[in-house]
This record gives sequence, C-alpha cells and structure tokens, in this order.
Amino acid sequence: MKELVQQLTAAYGPSGRETEVADLIEKLLKGKVDSFHRDALGNLICEKKGTDKKGKRIMFSAHMDQIGMVVTHIEKEGYLRISGVGGLNVSNLRMRRVKFQNGVQGVMVEQPLKPGETSSLRTCYIDIGAKTAVEAEKLVQVGDMAVYAEPGFDMGEHRLASPAMDDRSACALLVSLMQDLPACADTVIAVFSTQEEVGYRGSTTAAFSVAPDEGIALDVTLCGDQPEDRKLAIDLGEGPAIKIMDARSISNPALVDRLFAAAKRAKVACQREVLPYGGTDAAAMQLSRGGTPVCTVSIPCRNVHSACEIVDLRDIEGAKKVLLAYLMG
Amino acid sequence: MDLKTLCETQGVSGREEPVRRMVYQECVKAFGMDAVTFDGLGSVLAVRAAKKPGKPRVMLAAHMDEVGLLIVSATDDGLLRFRAIGGIDARVLVSKRVRVGYDTPEKPSLQGVIGAMAIHQQTPEDRKAVLPIDQLYIDIGAKDKAEAEKLAPAGTLVTFDTPFTPFGENCLLAKALDDRAGVYNLLRLLDAPYDGELIFAFTSLEENGCRGATAAGYRVQPDIALVLETTSANDLGETPEALQVCRVGEGVCVSFMDGTSIGDAELYRALLAVAKEKRIPCQVKQFVSGGNDAGALQRSGAGSRTIALSIPCRNLHSPATVCSLTDVDAQEALTRACLITL
Repeated sequence: MKELVQQLTAAYGPSGRETEVADLIEKLLKGKVDSFHRDALGNLICEKKGTDKKGKRIMFSAHMDQIGMVVTHIEKEGYLRISGVGGLNVSNLRMRRVKFQNGVQGVMVEQPLKPGETSSLRTCYIDIGAKTAVEAEKLVQVGDMAVYAEPGFDMGEHRLASPAMDDRSACALLVSLMQDLPACADTVIAVFSTQEEVGYRGSTTAAFSVAPDEGIALDVTLCGDQPEDRKLAIDLGEGPAIKIMDARSISNPALVDRLFAAAKRAKVACQREVLPYGGTDAAAMQLSRGGTPVCTVSIPCRNVHSACEIVDLRDIEGAKKVLLAYLMG
Repeated sequence: MDLKTLCETQGVSGREEPVRRMVYQECVKAFGMDAVTFDGLGSVLAVRAAKKPGKPRVMLAAHMDEVGLLIVSATDDGLLRFRAIGGIDARVLVSKRVRVGYDTPEKPSLQGVIGAMAIHQQTPEDRKAVLPIDQLYIDIGAKDKAEAEKLAPAGTLVTFDTPFTPFGENCLLAKALDDRAGVYNLLRLLDAPYDGELIFAFTSLEENGCRGATAAGYRVQPDIALVLETTSANDLGETPEALQVCRVGEGVCVSFMDGTSIGDAELYRALLAVAKEKRIPCQVKQFVSGGNDAGALQRSGAGSRTIALSIPCRNLHSPATVCSLTDVDAQEALTRACLITL
C-alpha cells in the first residue's frame, strides 16, 4: 500500500488535468477489471462484472484531482499572477515551492500588503526565475496549472506526508481494492473521478453514465487531534471513518449500518464521522438520476489542502479490509 | 437577422418570447419545421443532421435572455417598485431610461425612468451611499397607485431603453449584447461547414443560473459543446493589467477556466492553434470568474467536452454594454474554423 500511495501522490494532476494520474491507474489495474472507459470529463471508469446477474451495481468513487493554482496573467517582469483551482488558503501558500506539468518550478510569494488590504490570491504571485514576460512565456503559458512541489516523505513508522493525499491516498485504496478483489456477486464500478475540488463535476457525469444502485465515495477527512484544533471526533491512525453526514450529503443510514457490520466482521475499528462542512463525490452520486443511496468511507488526514497532508497507512489498510468484507458479504 | 434588431428586441430571462420567435423563424427557414423544437424551459433547439457518420455530435450554444427588471408593486404616488432579474449592480440604474412592458403590435411598451433623490436634496452622507434596488422606483408618469397598477401590474417586465449605436472605431453601444451578439453569430453559423450532427441551442434563463442550458444539455447530450458568450472586459481606467480579464478589440476570448467550468484542455489548445493558423484575432481570458452555459452543458448527462468563446464586453449587465465588431466577427470566424477541425 505504501508504494501505491507514493506512486500515486507523485503524479501531477490538478483539477481538469488528471490524465497522468488516469494513465498510471489504468496501468496498475490492467487485467484486474473487465473494462476501462474515459468520459468527456476525463473520468476513468473501471468495471468488474459481478457473478450474480441479479447483483447490485456498486460505484466507488475516488477523485484523482488535487488542488492547484492556474496562471491568469504574466507580468512584464516575468512574475505569474494566479487564481485558485479548488480551495486554497493563502497562509498555506506563502513561500511554497510549486511545479508545473512540464517540470518548471517556482516559489509562491505574497507581496507586501497595502494598508487595509487583506491576503488573497490577488496579493500572491509565482516567481519562476524569469526576468521578463517573454522569458516567462517560454516556460509557462496563461492557463497552465501548478501544484505544490513538496516531495512525499515518511513520518515515523506508519505515516506519510505529501501534498496530494487528498485524494490520491483514496485512489491507492481503490486501486489496491480492485487489484485484490476476488470474484464477487455484485458488479463493482471503480470510478477515478475528475474535478472534485471544483465541485465534484467529474463524479456528476460519471454517476449519470454508471447509474449505480449504490454509491460509496472514498475521500480524506479532517482530523480533530491537533493542538487547539479539537472540533472533530476523528483521530489519525484510529481507523477509517464512516461518514454519517457532511455539508453536501447525508449518508444512507442502512448503508452506514452495513459498512459498520462489515467492519465488525473484518475486525477493523472504524470512526463515526460527522463533518459540519465540505462534500465528496457522494453528493453528486446521491443526486444523480432518480437518486442513489450513498456513503463515504474516509481516510483521516491532517492539514488537508496544504503541501503536507498527513495520513496513516493503517487507516488505509483498515478501509480496504472493511470494503473487502462489505463486498464479499 | 441583424445585430441591431436582436439587441433592441426585448427578452428578459424567463420571458424570451420575442427573441425566441425571431430565432425560430430563422432556424425554420434554414432547416425546415421538423428540425426545430422548443424544450420545456423555452430554449430553441435546431438540429442539422449529420452528412457523414462517426463525427462527434456538436452543440453550439448562445443564450437568448438578457438581464432586466420586474415590477413588483406600485406606491401610493404611482411609482413602480421593482426587482432585478439577473445580476445587476444598483449603481448603474439611477436616472436610466427603461421600457416598461414588451412592445406588441396592439400595445407599445411604456417609457419609464428610474428615479432617485435629486442631488439638491442629498446630504453629504447620502452621496456616499449606494441606493439598493428596493429603494429605487420607476416613474412612468402615472398619477396614482391605481393608474400605475393598471398600466404596469406586478409581473410586468422592464428592459433598458438604449438604442443600438455604432461609435468609435468598430465599436458598438447597445443593451443586451450579452448575449444577443452570441445569438447573432449562432444564426450566422447555421451554414457552417461541418459533416457531423450540429445542434444549435438558443438557451433561456442563463442569467438566472444557466437553467435553460441545464435542460437543453440533458436533452441533447452532445459530445462537444461550444458556448458563444460575452465576458466582462475590465480594461478601463487604471485597472492593473493582471485584473483586466480581456480587452475590447483584441479578439475573441477563449476561457481555460471560469467559476463554473474548466475548459476542455484539448479544445482550448485546438482553438488557440486554429486562431493562430487562420490569423483570427484571439485572446485568452486572463482571470477566473463568472460562469456561463458551459458549466451546465459540461455536467449534463454523461458529460460533454465544452469551452466558451466570448466577446469582450465593457459595462456588462448594464444599460450600455460596449463591444467591438472585430471581436464579434472573430467569434464567428473562430467557431467556423474550429468546426472543420473536429
């Protein structure tokens, strides 16, 4: 699992630019599923047919995209003005190393604020070492997207940090699940979705074409175990979290119960997640067509939407066991 | 259909009938009755059948509706209270001429003017404040409440009263360039060379959250959707270059991303390449804001590859929108040239 997480978090893929991640996942799942399909929004839809013709169609969705910054303007002096791709927090951005798809690197800088001015992306720019706009345009174009350049690293025995844990850690979980899933009665459709960070746009269209009987989103969730930050009853390393609700979806109670029952069979301790904000692909699946019962299985993650998102491998392994137990009855 | 007529025709969101009628007639003339339909939200869908199989189904979309005002009640003095339909900045409204009601053969619309306290009566504090829309009134010269309610009952639609005026070098001043300029180009493109199925969608209710396009997208489910829009040019005064978004007269504006959609990366690259090759004036939208039918079309059904081609417009959503004919023509030319490559 560790290698999978490392491999997937190393790939470049801000919202709308997920092809590299999709190519990697398709390679990892070759021969493990019955079909691959990419749709107009770039979703990678992998279907593994069930053995029972009357079985359900269960859709899992883990999003491939990560937050990023998009270049909106190049200054005469070669600095890049940017806008956010997904939810960016200026305090997480200052003096961070960032990189573009073509390998060009830069530093995110916040200019001195004028009196009365507040921090926002408008007061930030990326310095890529260019002296003029002409020089900068040889390296980067308006519309190109950057992501945090922080390489992933180990923390202690079980934990890993990387800027793309949201949601590549769940992509790793879903890849690993599909790699090891024996023949099962229900048809399982693993969707690696796009554009979640800008409003789960990918899973909206994927859910429509997949038309599942049941949808389970796999995503990260926030922790409440850090100093001065104890609002949420979620601890890192204490097991995967089964979502009861967040701001965009209320999980189907029967599905929540079945997942907890599966966790019990798998002997994995799970946490109960109530997130007063945010949303996952479950929100899109829930409202698709005539409606779908949904739930989210979450991987606890510290510092979400920063250059150093931290997860615990035991939580990911635990989630995989729960989902295997769920699918295999 | 000329742009002057299209801009001067009234068609506030949800009440696009006068525009719809014109668009419908043009489409029927081009493709025959059987090829043109309305959907439940009032969008016009004209289908041009494929000449060859295997080509993507392409939708070209432009919205018929314009921002406007809606009468909600009358005061005892015979002034009309109103609300905005679509995003209108209250600061652009005071002292503007408006048409109250729609022109019909039987009954012309009424002249109205949006009133506020005269400068002579204002205190220095008043002058700093922006009057919100619920403190503005439309004066139609009615003597009392009864007369006002008879002439303009609640629910009456109001449009800006701005004659279509060419000015400067190739520039236009009009109401509703957003998005009649796109509608105008869509009608010019009815004969565009393309061998696959082509669906022309004249959508309703864009200014209220792209509702028309949501339904049209679901019904049509195109493979590709090109959205012909206008976008705000913020190129006046001392705006720093980084915040200008785009500039009037410098070509059609292609969006890599806005508030509701990320332009399809392949289409984005293809459009810029075609513009360069054919020397069509073209610029990139240098800001991420707003949204248009592309957001709804991209997400409808199993999804479509979408991108917006916009005409830079100053004073968007005001009584006096300004654009350049160069950019109007560039939008048409780039769409036409792009279709051949699909």
